[in-house]
Amino acid sequence: MVLKTEHYVINVGPQHPSTHGVFRLRLTLDGEVIVDVEPIFGYLHRGMEKIAEGRNYTKNIPLTDRLDYLSSMINNQAYCMAVENLLNITVPERAQYIRVIMAELQRMASHLAGIGFFMNDIGAFSTPLLYMFREREKIVELFDMACGQRLNYNYMRFGGVSMDLPEEFLPALKKLLDGMPGFINEYDKLISTNEIVLVRAKGVGILPKELAVNASAAGPVLRGSGIKWDLRKNQPYSIYDRFEFDIPTGEIGDTYDRYAVRLEEIRQSVRILKQAIAQLPAGETMAKVSKLIRPPASETYTAVEGPKGELGFFVVADGSENPYRWHVRAPSLINLTALKEMLLGWKVADLMAIFGSIDIVMGEVDR
Amino acid sequence: MDWLHFALFTLIVFVFVITGVLFFIWYERRGLGRFQLRPGPNRAGPFGLLQPLADAVKVLLKEDIVPALADKPVHFLAPMVAFVPALAVFAVVPFGDGAMLADLNIGILYIMAVSSIVVIGIFMAGWSSSNKYSLLGAMRTIAQEVSYEIPLVLSILGTVMLAGSLSLNDIVKAQQVPFILIQPLGFLIYMTAAMAEINRTPFDLLEADSEIIAGFQTEYSGMKFGLFYLTEYAETLSVSAVASTLFLGGWAGPILPGFIWLIIKIVAVFSFIMWVRATFPRLRIDQVMAFCWKFLLPLSVANLLITAGLVLTGFNEQIWLAVPLNLGLAAVLVVLASRQFRTGGGHAVT
Repeated sequence: MVLKTEHYVINVGPQHPSTHGVFRLRLTLDGEVIVDVEPIFGYLHRGMEKIAEGRNYTKNIPLTDRLDYLSSMINNQAYCMAVENLLNITVPERAQYIRVIMAELQRMASHLAGIGFFMNDIGAFSTPLLYMFREREKIVELFDMACGQRLNYNYMRFGGVSMDLPEEFLPALKKLLDGMPGFINEYDKLISTNEIVLVRAKGVGILPKELAVNASAAGPVLRGSGIKWDLRKNQPYSIYDRFEFDIPTGEIGDTYDRYAVRLEEIRQSVRILKQAIAQLPAGETMAKVSKLIRPPASETYTAVEGPKGELGFFVVADGSENPYRWHVRAPSLINLTALKEMLLGWKVADLMAIFGSIDIVMGEVDR
Repeated sequence: MDWLHFALFTLIVFVFVITGVLFFIWYERRGLGRFQLRPGPNRAGPFGLLQPLADAVKVLLKEDIVPALADKPVHFLAPMVAFVPALAVFAVVPFGDGAMLADLNIGILYIMAVSSIVVIGIFMAGWSSSNKYSLLGAMRTIAQEVSYEIPLVLSILGTVMLAGSLSLNDIVKAQQVPFILIQPLGFLIYMTAAMAEINRTPFDLLEADSEIIAGFQTEYSGMKFGLFYLTEYAETLSVSAVASTLFLGGWAGPILPGFIWLIIKIVAVFSFIMWVRATFPRLRIDQVMAFCWKFLLPLSVANLLITAGLVLTGFNEQIWLAVPLNLGLAAVLVVLASRQFRTGGGHAVT
């Protein structure tokens, strides 16, 4: 006798511990096997792009903090660079270096959180996450020293950064960088060789090269699929052409590759930071920029390599105090577009592993 | 004076389980804190000792919510069906020579029979909740817990053969050296299978908070949830107690009184379980099943055959020969089996 079975629909989210915020997935399941997925966005939508068009350029900097709140510094940097392009402002050398230092620290902090949450998603009882947060905390302390904030930094300004680094910053940073390789090896030992992590992540949720490109995936999701594309190398911005670092790539684009790319990127960030400290010049941290900004009628798309991928700001100026159009190319949202292809045929438990390996922040998916 | 014996031991067992569970809750929360570089609960009482009591009061005072579409009688009964057997297991655990509620000559059989009932309670909870996450948890319960019973029983049979008795008291007495030395493979299989039975990491798929929220417990609140929580810890306590009795010499030990030895061994086994919880992520249900049927089951059968051979030839009496032989055999078998074993993970199901 053949048993009659039925597919059934299950909602993962909007409130689910593993959707990294308020995200909803409508799954159709056959037992535990996923036969259809419909991602539904918008539960955190704040109309941020529209709001930005009603505020002047400077007042929009805090909005960028709230996009990907795990990498506020890089969001600041991308937006400031966009407006600097409109205004043709040259940023002083020291400020450029400080920006790179902040961006790389932020990349480390974001990847640490990303890996930690990924481990939580595959069921590790918080231990790896809390180990990651041990180091992330040190980075957050550094940000706190520099700008007095711990999450929404709002540190960068058009023409530089809001204030110079305090005296205690560099010694603390050096101490962090000295310890970091040891800590990264510790994560490696705890995670990369863990048999259960391997069976949960290796070969799971493969995103093939072609699909990754066609879905315009970016960041570790793209590089995990084996494509060596990093804006810091391929379209060097700021002063990234002055540093030596490698672009890690994965082999087959599975969940494990995406994790491994992130871990290696933390190592590379340490390399960049060491060079940046050694080269850090003295001098101004702010160019001369008028208080009220009115860029001439023009438009720009300026992108940086965020921790999650290409983070771009498309800003159209019409000569007034407010941007005419303000649009964010958010890597989290675009990386999600390949989610369905990655999920079909896998099980409910894999959903969390695959979803966690994309490393999204809902703040920038729903703007 | 039989009734006095039963009344007294029922009380002792009850107090032992409840205090044991409270201690475990505290010990695990503090221990996990240490593993995870954080202090853990330390506000209520010295070293946070009153934390379990505070938790208990909180759980008691919470509102009891039942989903509108739930199968109410089943939903109500499920926590009790799960909790009572977890408690009843201790009737045959000896705290000293003969110091037990009932010295059944089929003690082990009783434990296996009674502890299996917990599965029914968990399935009732998942099924009756009218929640798809709970349903997934319930389906996983049946698949996982029923499968793991088999290697669990087979691993215990080794000790039964060596002792020549099903009574736990006799098994303790039969241990010239703790059976873990003559049954290292049996102990490994027992611990793995038992951790799957009691739903502990890396086999905690029934509640899997990051996947199916809390599985079968999703729709439980207040004291009914509290009962499931107690069940989980009571089961952990019983698994630790059975492991100590069967493999670690139970109450036997020098100088200190028997029950102190038993408690020390129970805490040691529990510490191991806690350590695993702090370290490992969770497996996937098909991997868990593959691990049971393709790895643990053949190993436990091999262990059984080897033990039978040992008992038949009388080798097990020669401790100095049996211990190194068994340790070596266990290592070789585990390595060989792990080379053959594939979880079957890493392929999308089409």
